[in-house]
Amino acid sequence: MSKPLSLFDKLWERHVVGAGTDEPDLLFVDLHLVHEVTSPQAFEGLRLAGRRVRRPDLTLATADHGTPTIDRALGITDPLSRQQVETLLANCADAGITVFGPDDPRNGIVHVIGPEQGATQPGMTIVCGDSHTSTHGAFGALAFGIGTSEVEHVLATQTIRQRKPRSMTVTVEGRLARGVTAKDLVMGIIAQIGFAGGAGHVIEYRGQAIARLTMEERMTVCNMSIEAGARSGLIAPDDTTFSYIQGRPYAPSGAAWGEAVAYWSSLPSDEGASFDAEIVVDAPALAPFVSWGTNPAQAVPVTSKVPSPDSFDDPHLREAAVRALAYMDLQAGTPITEITLDRVFIGSCANARVSDLRAAASVIRGRRVHPDVGAMVVPGSGLVRQEAEAEGLDKVFTEAGFEWREPGCSMCLGMNPDILAPGERCASTSNRNFEGRQGRGGRTHLVSPPMAAAAAIAGHLVDIRDWE
Amino acid sequence: MIEPVTAIAGTMAPLPRAQVDTDQIIPKEFLKRVDRTGFGDFLFYDWAHDAEGELDPEFVLNRAEYQGARVLVAGPDFGSGSSREHAPWALSDWGFQAVIAPSLGDIFRSNCSKIGLLAVELPERVVGSLLRIADEDPTALVEIDLEAQTVTAPGLSERFEIDPFSKHMMLNGLDEIDLTLQNEAAIAEHELSRPAFLPTV
Repeated sequence: MSKPLSLFDKLWERHVVGAGTDEPDLLFVDLHLVHEVTSPQAFEGLRLAGRRVRRPDLTLATADHGTPTIDRALGITDPLSRQQVETLLANCADAGITVFGPDDPRNGIVHVIGPEQGATQPGMTIVCGDSHTSTHGAFGALAFGIGTSEVEHVLATQTIRQRKPRSMTVTVEGRLARGVTAKDLVMGIIAQIGFAGGAGHVIEYRGQAIARLTMEERMTVCNMSIEAGARSGLIAPDDTTFSYIQGRPYAPSGAAWGEAVAYWSSLPSDEGASFDAEIVVDAPALAPFVSWGTNPAQAVPVTSKVPSPDSFDDPHLREAAVRALAYMDLQAGTPITEITLDRVFIGSCANARVSDLRAAASVIRGRRVHPDVGAMVVPGSGLVRQEAEAEGLDKVFTEAGFEWREPGCSMCLGMNPDILAPGERCASTSNRNFEGRQGRGGRTHLVSPPMAAAAAIAGHLVDIRDWE
Repeated sequence: MIEPVTAIAGTMAPLPRAQVDTDQIIPKEFLKRVDRTGFGDFLFYDWAHDAEGELDPEFVLNRAEYQGARVLVAGPDFGSGSSREHAPWALSDWGFQAVIAPSLGDIFRSNCSKIGLLAVELPERVVGSLLRIADEDPTALVEIDLEAQTVTAPGLSERFEIDPFSKHMMLNGLDEIDLTLQNEAAIAEHELSRPAFLPTV
């Protein structure tokens, strides 16, 4: 009998294109996603070397990081951002790459549009010059972020050279309690394994609580794998995966559909497959999570208080906590629910799909945003926006006093005009709370969409489980 | 084409902080350029400048005694987070030829190797010693020999581990794309073997 293989082993082995003895493996890339910020220097490098894009038909581009979310018709006013987007459009036109530019109804965040178009499928290798490429692992695809030199390498060769990372399982048993979302689950996992706890590893999420998640929830979990330092996250494909994909523009159809499903069904880890590390998480014990510091592992259940640096044994974690509390202007011992807010951001590749918007809308119907809070919703793509509008979600948000914006990365990283002013405090459904991430001096608390929506109404962080 | 990297000798700048993410190394508002160069002025921008945009004279890279430093010594998990290659570009533009830390972000480490910025991981106690040396004597020299995989500073000589492929590529200044294109036949063969149901876009 052959050695039992994990999902990760299978994905790896089936993409190795010849390996040298002392060289990292050369992996074939099934889908290369491209955006405007990390690609211009790569295309320029190709031009200087007289090389061409090997597989434009396996390359899909969008403009998302620097695109404005209001007054799209006016174009991009920031000259540098405009140049980046124009450069992307020109490079894609030159190379024959499909690009969803700012005027395309399919435009949106790169990690939202891949799955939405059915371009993300189980068994694939997917790379992008963006660390949140791990999102696509929700489909059982090996997906990871790369740098610009690697983007150039993939454009030229459709391969990437990698040493095989170590493997880790995170098994989540039991059922998530009411009010506890996939965002809280992944924040709980990161808090448990630490900021760099997944470094050098690919994580496979498994167990009953994972199997019960919808595809959009699985994407939220895999999205934040990098926030524990992991190269990627994976979830085994199953019927939930297949039914999500079926009928989407790039999904297989006819006889190919049956072949694809048969292949995808062969991918889950074999019984007895071995892993380098195994973590177990108890789903029912999790509460809604809120970050209090300046990295995603600095997070606690909403029922807790801001921790004291003295509660950390590790001197680096203690020092990081001291710095974080100073930056966040928080006192140890303050109950999380007493933290007041200036802004609320619902968006990002972690939480801007239609189910996220539904969950947020469901807690604000008939209420008003607190007068001291500015709140905005940025859908993950133009199609998410359309779908939400067809359901009337935009009305729910705007009647409550939220701004309803055009799609993009927006205030997740603030490369467009959507930024926090210095000192402003924001409850955000995004994935990073690094210093200055949402604007220099801005203070970010990472939360789930319902937690963010309720906080906008209350003017402070709340426990969504107490929300009437 | 990257320049071959064999040995680096120079002074150090100490940055004794843990978990420095790439958003700190170069904040997002400086990622809008379409060139590979010109990022040095924005290195650690929010730490190097006050709220009015004036240089903070206390920040290590603004201090006279650390001008011309060639090696940045930092705390664990340096370069975590975003995949932006602008982070190693900014370090290199500022004048750094190497970064030494107890641990490095995976994508950051890889990005450094592609541009010839030597990224060295050493045990915490060794990095602690280097931080102390750099703090006490900004003129102290450190030498990094890539061939021998050693870091030498006053009173200290340590061997470091590095991926042998990265080492080979950096020592010889080789172009990875050229090397990969030598596998053209294997790539073409793989392309023919891919299942037909896989998407083209």
